[in-house]
Amino acid sequence: MTEPPLIVARPQGLYCPPGDFYIDPWRNVDRAVITHAHGDHARPGHASYLATTSAEHVLRTRLGQISLQTIDYGEPIDINGVRVSLHPAGHVLGSSQVRVEKGGRVWVASGDYKLNPDATCVPFEPVRCDAFITESTFGLPIYRWDDSQQVFADINTWWSANAESGRASLLFCYAFGKAQRILSGVDASIGRIVVHGAVEPLNRAYRASGVALPPTQLVSETDKADLSRALVLAPPSAQGSPWMRRFGDYSDAFASGWMRLRGTRRRRSLDRGFVLSDHADWPGLIEGIGATGAQQVIVTHGQIPVLVRWLTEQGLDASAFETEYGNEEAGDAEVGGTAVPESAPESA
Amino acid sequence: MKRFAKLFNELDTSTSTRSKVDALKRYLALADAADAAWAVYFLAGGKPRQAINSRVLREFATDASGLPDWLFEESYQAVGDLAETIALLLPPPTRKSDGTLAFWIEERLLPLRGRAPADMLAALRGYVDELDAPERFLLIKLIGGGFRVGVSRLLITRALAEHSGIDAKLVAQRMIGYTDIAMAPTAERYLSLIDSGDHAVADGHPYPFFLAHSLTLPVEQFADELGTPADWLIEWKYDGIRAQLVRRAGKVWLWSRGEELITERFPEIVERARTLPDGTVLDGEILVWRDDAPQPFALLQKRVTRKSVTANVLREAPAAFMAYDLLEAHAEDMRLRPQGERRTALEKIADQHNVLISPRVTGDSWEQLALLREESRNRGVEGLMIKHLDSTYRVGRTKDANANWWKWKIDPYAVDAVLVYAQRGHGRRASLYSDYTFAVWTSEAGTNERALVPFTKAYSGLTDEEIRKVDAAIRRTTIEKFGPVRSVTPTMVFEIGFEGIQRSPRHKSGIAVRFPRMLRWRQDKPIDEADTLGTLQSLLVAPSTLSVESGSD
Repeated sequence: MTEPPLIVARPQGLYCPPGDFYIDPWRNVDRAVITHAHGDHARPGHASYLATTSAEHVLRTRLGQISLQTIDYGEPIDINGVRVSLHPAGHVLGSSQVRVEKGGRVWVASGDYKLNPDATCVPFEPVRCDAFITESTFGLPIYRWDDSQQVFADINTWWSANAESGRASLLFCYAFGKAQRILSGVDASIGRIVVHGAVEPLNRAYRASGVALPPTQLVSETDKADLSRALVLAPPSAQGSPWMRRFGDYSDAFASGWMRLRGTRRRRSLDRGFVLSDHADWPGLIEGIGATGAQQVIVTHGQIPVLVRWLTEQGLDASAFETEYGNEEAGDAEVGGTAVPESAPESA
Repeated sequence: MKRFAKLFNELDTSTSTRSKVDALKRYLALADAADAAWAVYFLAGGKPRQAINSRVLREFATDASGLPDWLFEESYQAVGDLAETIALLLPPPTRKSDGTLAFWIEERLLPLRGRAPADMLAALRGYVDELDAPERFLLIKLIGGGFRVGVSRLLITRALAEHSGIDAKLVAQRMIGYTDIAMAPTAERYLSLIDSGDHAVADGHPYPFFLAHSLTLPVEQFADELGTPADWLIEWKYDGIRAQLVRRAGKVWLWSRGEELITERFPEIVERARTLPDGTVLDGEILVWRDDAPQPFALLQKRVTRKSVTANVLREAPAAFMAYDLLEAHAEDMRLRPQGERRTALEKIADQHNVLISPRVTGDSWEQLALLREESRNRGVEGLMIKHLDSTYRVGRTKDANANWWKWKIDPYAVDAVLVYAQRGHGRRASLYSDYTFAVWTSEAGTNERALVPFTKAYSGLTDEEIRKVDAAIRRTTIEKFGPVRSVTPTMVFEIGFEGIQRSPRHKSGIAVRFPRMLRWRQDKPIDEADTLGTLQSLLVAPSTLSVESGSD
């Protein structure tokens, strides 16, 4: 006899039937547990929100006035007889895995996660469980990340070379998470760091949360003479927009896991592509899933069929949930194509 | 190898011509001649015969990556490039190599040809263990036969010219045949590209081809832009194989625009050219020519694809060389003489030596010529060529506006068709669904049980932005996946353009089209309003679209 699942997929989102709450729902619900503040996971309009303490500033920056309850990582609470706790996912500031426990069984929903080091958030913590719900954004073995210190060193080299030849360094990156990770990693002594208007509110939220970032300024606050030596962080949507005109001669680059592929780099017509992702790479997914000890794995957004088949061949009970996640790296999705969730229903 | 990998990376990540030329010059200054010989060869599009076939290469890659076949295949589909997939999947190297490019090619890759697959696999395993990811990528690319890196031949010519101080036009001429598959590049051949000697080019050597630009103005603006038709040499634009006929030292050579020597495929052209005096080079078009008229391109294709020229093929598809320019006369380079003077000299040679030359088309006004151009399909041509009588014969497709060689093509055939299958693309379009199959309806709207029947594939014509949107729509509307192909619920209509159409029993639709491409995405059009097989069949009537199987109608 199989026990009823602790988490199921409903049209509104992932749902915990005994606890009567949703995890990262995409339609309005009464009670939403939020793994992190990216737009496809944290949507406006729910009656009440639960998230971890360090997510508060970024969540409020993005969603404004919401009814929000926060708990620390590892601090359990009871929701309708289900023991619920949040654990670091290492994806962005305040990102959590949701652990639910009832009748001695444990299920964990990962949200998005990575195992690589990131100075702006608490590292991923494996949580032992019976069933693990995992993302699969970069679920192909071609995706293996380089050491992030090496990536920052590459960015510094590119920026220095541009600064010396009097060109601004325009680096496109997702405004929340990636931008702050880059800020914390680059060598701020090379020049000024200018950010797009979409990035600065998140910087403020990070600083308010106690994350140290180098000084940043808006273009409007920067002398034209300084721009030619500056590193400029902007969301991918700014590429080709009138906002870019003010930089005159510049070199441009994009920081994303999708930059691993030559095709996606070339398609963007950018000078450089830096391979830097806030998602787990293939070895990260395999290691992360293995560390939970879960016998049952449910795969969401990304390379669903591939990961399901791989895990099944490893002897695990693997299946899929269809979700509406995967748009948070909207700029990346445009580039990668594969960021669009596979629509084919899959079970194996 | 490391130096070449660095050059490749610089070329690959740069979007500016200047910095590409500079990177090439830096490389040429440092590399020794044996290396530079191979680098120039590969960058100019040279491909040595494949040392290892791609099946063995795949087997090697799957094995070395330690992945199951299906996962390797999924990875390859996402990357869209075998060499890159391999470079991304293999574990890091445990050794290092300082071998030069020439060493890697000559001592390691080329000797693998013809060896037993097991030996190849063993050798490859050792090789990749000495190379880092960018070098591996290149090695596999070189094994597979060349690569594209966004460097044109013109750009390499320019870098060689700037590096050596030799005139670019001379370098361009010496470059012809450099990438010929039959001749491996050597230090000596490389150095003879850029030496300052005034050595004569080899006997059969052609000149670089001059290419025309498309004229897309409305005819009302011709007079303002081009002046009077009397200043121009106007000819029909033939649909054949652009070629140069070289007559020197008692012999005849025939070169295609792809710089391939094709003399042996057209014995009747060679025979007819024997009456020409030595020191004559003609530019023109190879056509299948019968009853004083050009025949459909499909017939010419038979001459290209067949390995041996049988009496049967010679009878069915007799070829002729239609000359339209004179590049060398009496062993003298004519290219800097004005077009008008070259034409007069060409007409004289044609008179004396039985050469078929492209007739002049005349008209008092551009409007009158536009009317003549409407006859193109019936005449089996693609439109008109317009060449200024003062223009010199230049190299390649020159960028400046004074190019003075224009092609004024007729509009392509066009039908509205429905996208029914999609496949992921390669290179820049890797992982995007960018290659599509299109269908038309079997009968008119309102008729019972009408169905969509696929009639062509098309890959080009959309902007990157449109491809992204179509890609997303394909993912949303997928019905089924067959390997890399998806069938989709028909929702999207595209205007498909093509240059020719003929019956083809091999195709389900009974029709084959030539040069299909997407002219535009008809987002305004519901699929019910797409065209029918009847529309396509009605296009078959024109005489320029004679059936390939002569007499089968």
